[in-house]
Amino acid sequence: MNIHEHQAKAVLKAFGAPVADGVAIFSADEAGAAADKLPGPLWVVKSQIHAGGRGKGKFKELGPDAKGGVRLAFSRDEVIAHAKDMLGNTLVTHQTGPAGKQVNRLYIEDGADIETELYLSLLVNRETGRVAFVVSTEGGMDIEAVAEETPEKILTINIDPQTGVTSSDAGRIADALELKGPAREDMLSLAPILYRAFTEKDMSLLEVNPLIVMKDGHLRVLDAKVSFDGNALFRHDDIRALRDLTEEDEKEIEASKYDLAYIALDGNIGCMVNGAGLAMATMDIIKLYGAEPANFLDVGGGASKEKVTHAFKIITADKNVKGILVNIFGGIMRCDVIAEGVVAAVKEVGLKVPLVVRLEGTNVDQGKKILNESGLDITSADDLDDAAQKIVAAVKKG
Amino acid sequence: MSILVNKDTKILVQGLTGKTGTFHTEQALAYFGTRMVGGIHPKKGGESWTSGMDGAASLPIFSTVAEGKERTGATASVVYVPPAGAGAAIIEAIDAGIELIVCITEGIPVMDMVKVKARLEKSSSRLLGPNCPGVLTPEECKIGIMPGNIFKKGSVGVVSRSGTLTYEAVFQTTAEGLGQTTAVGIGGDPVKGTEFIDILEMFLADDDTKSIIMIGEIGGSAEEEAAQFLRDEAKKGRRKPTVGFIAGRTAPKGRTMGHAGAIVAGGKGDADSKIEAMKAAGITVSDSPARLGKTLAELLKN
Repeated sequence: MNIHEHQAKAVLKAFGAPVADGVAIFSADEAGAAADKLPGPLWVVKSQIHAGGRGKGKFKELGPDAKGGVRLAFSRDEVIAHAKDMLGNTLVTHQTGPAGKQVNRLYIEDGADIETELYLSLLVNRETGRVAFVVSTEGGMDIEAVAEETPEKILTINIDPQTGVTSSDAGRIADALELKGPAREDMLSLAPILYRAFTEKDMSLLEVNPLIVMKDGHLRVLDAKVSFDGNALFRHDDIRALRDLTEEDEKEIEASKYDLAYIALDGNIGCMVNGAGLAMATMDIIKLYGAEPANFLDVGGGASKEKVTHAFKIITADKNVKGILVNIFGGIMRCDVIAEGVVAAVKEVGLKVPLVVRLEGTNVDQGKKILNESGLDITSADDLDDAAQKIVAAVKKG
Repeated sequence: MSILVNKDTKILVQGLTGKTGTFHTEQALAYFGTRMVGGIHPKKGGESWTSGMDGAASLPIFSTVAEGKERTGATASVVYVPPAGAGAAIIEAIDAGIELIVCITEGIPVMDMVKVKARLEKSSSRLLGPNCPGVLTPEECKIGIMPGNIFKKGSVGVVSRSGTLTYEAVFQTTAEGLGQTTAVGIGGDPVKGTEFIDILEMFLADDDTKSIIMIGEIGGSAEEEAAQFLRDEAKKGRRKPTVGFIAGRTAPKGRTMGHAGAIVAGGKGDADSKIEAMKAAGITVSDSPARLGKTLAELLKN
């Protein structure tokens, strides 16, 4: 789960990280009051959307010469003018795709005098199975470009979960970032603070880009991007409350209510599959036969009849879907449960497009029997190849 | 021969009394008499579990893994405990000195697995998973949730990050008449107990395993490392015909595809780099997940 920058900063501030003062606003009427709460003489007006590249992004509704999604303001009036200009408009960045994202909230922040910009992030390093700090002196830039062009400027420091961040770890981070004086002292306390925030809140990514050294020599978290491990949200009511549904795809929200892993795609063959690997492979084979999948959908292990019914409804609600492929290889998932769910869903919402079902594995005979005796117009397939060819042919014919 | 498990392996079930644990324990008992020897439940120690299928099978329940191990001589355990408690269940099995721990549970918080991994490194236990289908040696032993009816005793070693794609490989090699020595699901989570390399090493060392199917997916670099391992071993003369497949060629960048581990980030972990690495290591890569068995059969003919 992703959250906004201002929310991320509030979370980090609660752990003691140095962030600027700021106020989140939802309408331009609040801009003046927000500016008054901050000392000035420099304010930063930042679009809050779940995508990076905001500074260089462009508003669809404004001309090509208009300023981007993060703007400096040197007076109260300028803060208000920017707020009016930005709120409600659509910001397009290299991460939003051409459709862009509507800016529904702004973060008005106290400006900082920047001396140097650095990069720092925490993530779970899958190679070591440990939380790692990734740091670079090349801050404020796209870190993936740095990784591509100058990989030697990125340093990874793994943390032993049984000791946490040691003073030697923090020292290595400070060295890698070439920090001196007060900034170095700040890092010795900041590194354990960020590690604690990451582990206690079950984050999956904490990216500070840039982390800055200010003209006064101290460190400040200038931007913050935080994502949380969806599997751990059950133990963080406070974090769950930060979810912004306007940032998410409607069908994906609906799917998440039923604990379904669903991702909307651009094609026209709807897929319902059990297991993430098989779901991806089903997308791959649809493409191999010359068509495009409309979605990724993993019903998971141990799905109930109700869950399958909802999955089917979500797929059929997508107007682009011209055919549906159900591909189930039952292990933990039982074929009879899938068959019952499909039959119940078809009876409830009707079936306007071709449906190909391939069942194999646990309780496959009961599953096939339920489908055959349902009296519904379902094409059954013998194996994955057969299934993919049948649905692609049916959609091309229709 | 086989790897990891055989007809003598004795297994405890952590989370036996739940619906999932019960169903799959019944299936395991029905599969050539897999030696399920007991269940663990902190509050139900001393009671017994009875199979709902025919009511015939009964297993003792112990309060702790340590007690279960001592009373039954079990060397393996399978974990069906729900996500919130699964990490602690694995650690209990590690502390009890269980040799092989197989965790089926999907959705364990990553930070819990970071703690598990640190404990694992200081122990002699092996963990398969989490979020994996388990391990099965045909006609001998079934730990986990793989459907037993698709297996056939034979010569192919199957290793996969994805559960259901493991079944595809098994189903197709059975259809080709090749059969399997052992099929191993290593699981789709980013932090897990066993990697491809560990299993590939076992398959190379197992005389009955004549060929290998390895199924990876996008995300991370475990497939590239495994390919490098096979390349290095081949130089030493250790080589077995291997077919590979990578799921997720068509997955959009930057999105997590169900498995927390399946994500392409910043041009790393994409299907093409994995396929390249596998080809460079002499692995025959199948374009279609439906042609794993046929591709291997053709490879063995030549």
